Amino acid sequence: MEHYLSIFVKAVFIENLALAFFLGMCTFLAVSKNVRTAFGLGIAVVVIQTITVPVNNLIYQYLLAPGALQWTGSELLAEQDLTFVGLISYIGVIAAMVQILEMTLDRFFPPLYNALGIFLPLITVNCAILGGTLIMVERGMTFDDSLVFGFGSGVGWAMAIVALAGIREKMKYSDVPDGLRGLGITFIVVGLMSLAFQAFSGIKL
Amino acid sequence: MTEKTAKQVLFDPLLNNNPIALQILGLCSALAVTVKLETSLVMALAVTAVTGCSGAVIGAIHRWIPGSIRIIVQMTVIASLVIAVDQLLQAYAFTISQKLSVFVGLIITNCIVMGRAEAFAMKNGPWMSFLDGIGNGLGYSMILIIVGTVRELFGSGKLLNITVMKPVTDGGWYPTNGLLLISPSAFVLIGLIIWVIRTIRPEQVGKS
Repeated sequence: MEHYLSIFVKAVFIENLALAFFLGMCTFLAVSKNVRTAFGLGIAVVVIQTITVPVNNLIYQYLLAPGALQWTGSELLAEQDLTFVGLISYIGVIAAMVQILEMTLDRFFPPLYNALGIFLPLITVNCAILGGTLIMVERGMTFDDSLVFGFGSGVGWAMAIVALAGIREKMKYSDVPDGLRGLGITFIVVGLMSLAFQAFSGIKL
Repeated sequence: MTEKTAKQVLFDPLLNNNPIALQILGLCSALAVTVKLETSLVMALAVTAVTGCSGAVIGAIHRWIPGSIRIIVQMTVIASLVIAVDQLLQAYAFTISQKLSVFVGLIITNCIVMGRAEAFAMKNGPWMSFLDGIGNGLGYSMILIIVGTVRELFGSGKLLNITVMKPVTDGGWYPTNGLLLISPSAFVLIGLIIWVIRTIRPEQVGKS
């Protein structure tokens, strides 16, 4: 139990996808103008991340990794190393999952579907999702670990975007130099937030 | 959209319509790989190659791509190109490919590639799309190289691993700025670059 808790805390704070690894930045900056939409997008990312990371973990373990095809019983297949088609299969899984989630929500939870709107398909090209999968593969996680990691990293990303949206809402009332207004100051704010998150990197779990 | 000349298509993304500073595309990798100029250069080359080639391929086949599955088709084209780049790097520049780790793979979801495929290559022929891809790749490279240079030069007193300003720790005179070596500094630097660009081109100032 402690093992899973430490993976979770690590994924949320120490290795926050947005503020420590800078993944999913495009959406992070573009969709953080108000807390409401930021929250909706955050939830969608948590759901997709929790599904795709473990699914890709299974694909890697049982289809792609060197010697992964042993369960087929054929010696020829057991020798194959298919890791080079990894990228294309992961992105396929992600695109398919997003599509399935979109249809499920549309059918069973229309209010949530309408609230998420355009952000749902946009998640396919959110690099936090693919990044989470690639980090999982690089570290060679087990299935359980990847489930916790997927959920934790999603929560971390969601938290970061809601926090940034909160700051940006307040910033409307402040007097920013002309050239910095809008995008420029947002970059600097994210820089400061991420600096604050550096403090977590000293924690050893 | 008015017809643009080849020169405009190629050079507009450098300052007038920079992918990072104005279109907010392709940020993730820009921030994470810029600690050293060497990795920034390799990343810039890889992204420029992928955007150029994917533009050419999608520009060539865009008439035959059905609208409803275009995203999957674009993804497949881009992913294949990125796999090729990844394999090339692993074969000829293994140490650098280790340093870039997941970020080469992440070129797939680099929104510059996807964004240009969707916005430009779906409507134009292969040659113009290729130029547009290269142009946007160059705009991206420009920011990457500026940030990479500043971070390596002032962060560790080196350029391309050659000591330029001898740091105090090695008995030299330059006190290194450790803040530039950690990633948040990249945000602040890009923020400042945006400030400079928008002071030169006031019409880009955001309305929000």
